[in-house]
Amino acid sequence: MKRIRVAAATVACALVLMSVAGSLLPRFDYSRQDREHINSGPTSGHWLGTDDLGRDRFARLLHGTRISILLAPAAAAVSMLLAFGIGAVPGFVGGIAERAAKTAIDLVLSIPWLFLLLMVRATLPLNTSPAASVTITFLVLGLLGWAAPARILLARAQSMRQAEFIMLARSTGVTSLRLLWKHVMPNLRPVLLAQFWVSVPVFILSEANLSILGLGVAEPLPSLGSLLRELETVLSLRADIWRFAPLVMLVLMVSTLQIAVSEQEVFS
Amino acid sequence: MRGLMRSSILRRLVLVVITIVEGGLVSATLVRYAPGFGADEQQLDARLSSGSIQAIKNANADERNIVRFYVASICRTFRGDLGMSRSLNRPVRQLLQERAAVTAAVAGKGLALAWLSAILVVFATWFFRAPPLRMSITLFSGTLLCLPAGVLALLAIILNQPGYLVIALIVYPKVHQYLSNLVEATRPMPHIITARATGTSEPRIFFWHLVPVIKREVLALAGVSIGIAISAAIPVEALCGIPGIGQLAWQSALGRDLPLLNNVAMLVIACVVLANSGADLLGEERRQPA
Amino acid sequence: MNRRSLSLLLGLVLVALLNTAVCLDELRFYLRSEPKTFNPLTVADDASETIRYLTGGVLLRLNRDTQKLEPELATAWQVSKDGKTITFVLRHDIYFSDGTPFTSQDVKYTMDQLMNPELHSPTGDSFRSGSGKVECTLLAPDKVAIHFPSPVAGLDRLFDQVAIVSAQSSKKEMAALGPYYVSDYKPGSYVYLRKNPNYWKRDASGRQLPYIDALKLEIQSNRDIELMKFSRGEIHLINTLDADYFDRLATSSPAMVHDAGPSLDSEQMWFNQVSTAPIPAYKLQWFTSRNFRRAISSAINRADLCKVVYNGHARPAMGPVSPANKFWFNSHLQPVRFDQQAALQLLQQDGFQLSAGKLRDRDGHAVELSIITNAGNRARERMAAMVQQDLRALGITVNVVTLDFPSLIQRITQDFNYEAVLLGLVNVELDPNEQMNVWLSSSDTHQWNPKQETPATPWEAEIDRLMRAQASAMDDIARKKSFDRVQEIVAEQVPFIYLVNKNALTGISPSLENAKPVALRPQTYWNIEHLKLTVERASNGK
Repeated sequence: MKRIRVAAATVACALVLMSVAGSLLPRFDYSRQDREHINSGPTSGHWLGTDDLGRDRFARLLHGTRISILLAPAAAAVSMLLAFGIGAVPGFVGGIAERAAKTAIDLVLSIPWLFLLLMVRATLPLNTSPAASVTITFLVLGLLGWAAPARILLARAQSMRQAEFIMLARSTGVTSLRLLWKHVMPNLRPVLLAQFWVSVPVFILSEANLSILGLGVAEPLPSLGSLLRELETVLSLRADIWRFAPLVMLVLMVSTLQIAVSEQEVFS
Repeated sequence: MRGLMRSSILRRLVLVVITIVEGGLVSATLVRYAPGFGADEQQLDARLSSGSIQAIKNANADERNIVRFYVASICRTFRGDLGMSRSLNRPVRQLLQERAAVTAAVAGKGLALAWLSAILVVFATWFFRAPPLRMSITLFSGTLLCLPAGVLALLAIILNQPGYLVIALIVYPKVHQYLSNLVEATRPMPHIITARATGTSEPRIFFWHLVPVIKREVLALAGVSIGIAISAAIPVEALCGIPGIGQLAWQSALGRDLPLLNNVAMLVIACVVLANSGADLLGEERRQPA
Repeated sequence: MNRRSLSLLLGLVLVALLNTAVCLDELRFYLRSEPKTFNPLTVADDASETIRYLTGGVLLRLNRDTQKLEPELATAWQVSKDGKTITFVLRHDIYFSDGTPFTSQDVKYTMDQLMNPELHSPTGDSFRSGSGKVECTLLAPDKVAIHFPSPVAGLDRLFDQVAIVSAQSSKKEMAALGPYYVSDYKPGSYVYLRKNPNYWKRDASGRQLPYIDALKLEIQSNRDIELMKFSRGEIHLINTLDADYFDRLATSSPAMVHDAGPSLDSEQMWFNQVSTAPIPAYKLQWFTSRNFRRAISSAINRADLCKVVYNGHARPAMGPVSPANKFWFNSHLQPVRFDQQAALQLLQQDGFQLSAGKLRDRDGHAVELSIITNAGNRARERMAAMVQQDLRALGITVNVVTLDFPSLIQRITQDFNYEAVLLGLVNVELDPNEQMNVWLSSSDTHQWNPKQETPATPWEAEIDRLMRAQASAMDDIARKKSFDRVQEIVAEQVPFIYLVNKNALTGISPSLENAKPVALRPQTYWNIEHLKLTVERASNGK
């Protein structure tokens, strides 16, 4: 079944290349408003029709995908690193560090960070460019999204503390750092990967939800999340099929990437 | 042994209380210093006199010193008085009493359904290793992760389905992803290979050889999923019009209603901390030396 | 007849009675937020205002259709020549919903409560024309005179908002004189109103009003869900329908939607002109320039806003008063022409130059500004995006920032940390005196530059003078002359860039008889006593 993984990887790369390359072509202008043809269906000029301001949906899909698919995995990587540092390491070390980490994780999981995000917005100048705003948003999401996986990583690291292979490694004089990197980290990879695949779409959607606070993308810049939020209007649910293109795009990208880089030969 | 357990539980309880108090203070501070505190849309009402607008601005004067407010709030809590909601003009205690059960039911059912589905699916993929099945499941989970909560809520209303189903659909893919990866990570373990080689049945391998190995992580995931369910309850209740704590949390956040928000936050913190502590305790018990 | 047959018959009668008792006419529609109060004197939000309208008995009622004042609990009234006293003759044999009789004592009690300065009620503040106490004189059990320390313009119309509260009833403000009373309230879920058994109004045939037995007002802020439930027949009314949803419904069920023409509401933009605002001085200079404001106004294509955002269910706004306000609208005002060349010329007069696609001021600063608006209002977000595109043609970079409402209010009323804002104005009242605090330069709600110690500009001083003049004049013609001039000054100086007047779009179920949607609020149920549910009724929406 290696062929399936190769096929998935090819599809994923093709989608990423299409969104990156396509968004660079001047033909695909995401902001131009064709006010005579709003909410129109697919035509030769607008392959996926136009949105409620007459902007080309296909162009906005390309640009939105490029922004989200570059920034969301980066934010997910940040949250993975933090989860490892704040969850796995104290879990492996034990003692006060472990207790402090648990308390910190519980607090971060339950505090209403909405208000911190409001403060972030308040400190940003109103004339922050849309690109800077969306980058900062994803960064903030990455900095706040580590708590849940950290909890699970901590539990996993705790159980590995007493594992035989760890005790064997320690008895042969392996340093803690090497233990963490060479012996613990590979065993945490399933959780880290799970975290990554969950975080990417969650961050993409969260970025769109943060527009209510003034964060996220600003007009006219699109993101996959903001395009997906358009599905929330009941009109869209009346199934003009091309409106679901952002959902199809995101599902395809996340699923194919997941299949392509799956840890085990799970499809064999 | 029992004495050790009792002291462990007591120690955890003390930690839980400290965490709740700390979390409450952090939450209250965030609300107090976030933009919009003290701002009321009534200030835009052109009919109001200058005196009335000033009175509106001064309405939360007792909340401006956050430490004093918080200490007073904690002292009142011990007397059973949780303060008055400014945005809804009702005692906070009454509001929470009316709504806590609703959220507990919705989130609880959603969580149970999500876990049951995730476990069944993971077991099915363990047992039936057909690639089409796995790919379908991956696609299904991926689709659910990519759908905004608003769309799921709207679909539920269109199809006349209960709100807890939406929470289940939000929680399921996250739980499934972790569970699936944890389970697959045990497949190449020596004791699993040995058990299979000796002819042990797959269900027995799953429940007797696999589950104990990942039990700690699963319990941690269970604790975390309670937090996810409570977070999911906020948009779901707001969208579906379910009069629970989630809807209250959203309304109080929009209104910067500090007394209400502080209590809701502490309630949520208590639930999450208790859930995670319980998961730790259950995970640790079996770890006592045989 | 034997005992067994009698029991059977009695049982059948009982079942029939129970069925009849349960089988109520029930009108259902949504409140978009939780009502904050059931006290009619402290109403300040939409949901509470709805409850007040449906349960409150008022002395005088503004007919939302004819826009004329009509007697209600008062059979006659007279305003003194100096505008300081109003005398009411009250109806006889009127009772609150709990059986307590209505007398002049209740009017006195209501006014005493309303004018209590500690109450901070928008309704009460509308009556405050000067310092001094408001006195009520009970001339008879059915006659009361209310004396104000200073003349109050449009005094009689203000009583449309004053729901009379019982002085004697143990239920206090929950005892209702209106067509309904609050029977049940489940926080976060619904408010249930039942027909007032003591309501005084009858129809031409002598039948007691209202026709509909009960109203179930569920609390639901999501408009998609509201539309869906309405399409399914689970609710009977949508009082304010968005243009997109209007057209959607019009395609499938044209009989269910109504466009009553321009409402009193408008959407507008303004620039921050507060001298102490934390914005760069050069930007403040732009915003305080009349040419700059007029240029921006000319550069915005209002016709496109009406077409794209409101699907034609709006018209370009000309000033602070909507054409729906028949008497006070200044019909001599000219519409703002969309002309980007003219806009550029105005800017050039102030030293702005367009080069390489970027507009720069005389000091070389690129013209870049931000427009804030409230998140969650899709129409405003779209308008802001269209304004952004229109101004790009002038080389102006506009950053659109959507904020949650409290943050936005803080910026525009406390910090003044904003450059431009796009918001809407909801006008409940026809009388321009209600807008006094918008136009007086010393007031808190003089949005672009509030709480001025002395007027910052001659034209603001002139507006102050004109508004005070119309407030103290008793003659409507004289008042109109003053206020017409205010509208002309606003059109010249453009402190607000008025964009559109939205139409009053509503949804009404065909099962509802006698509904006649109008432009004034409440658009659909203003004549609630006369509404009837036809055969398609008595189900519980399942």
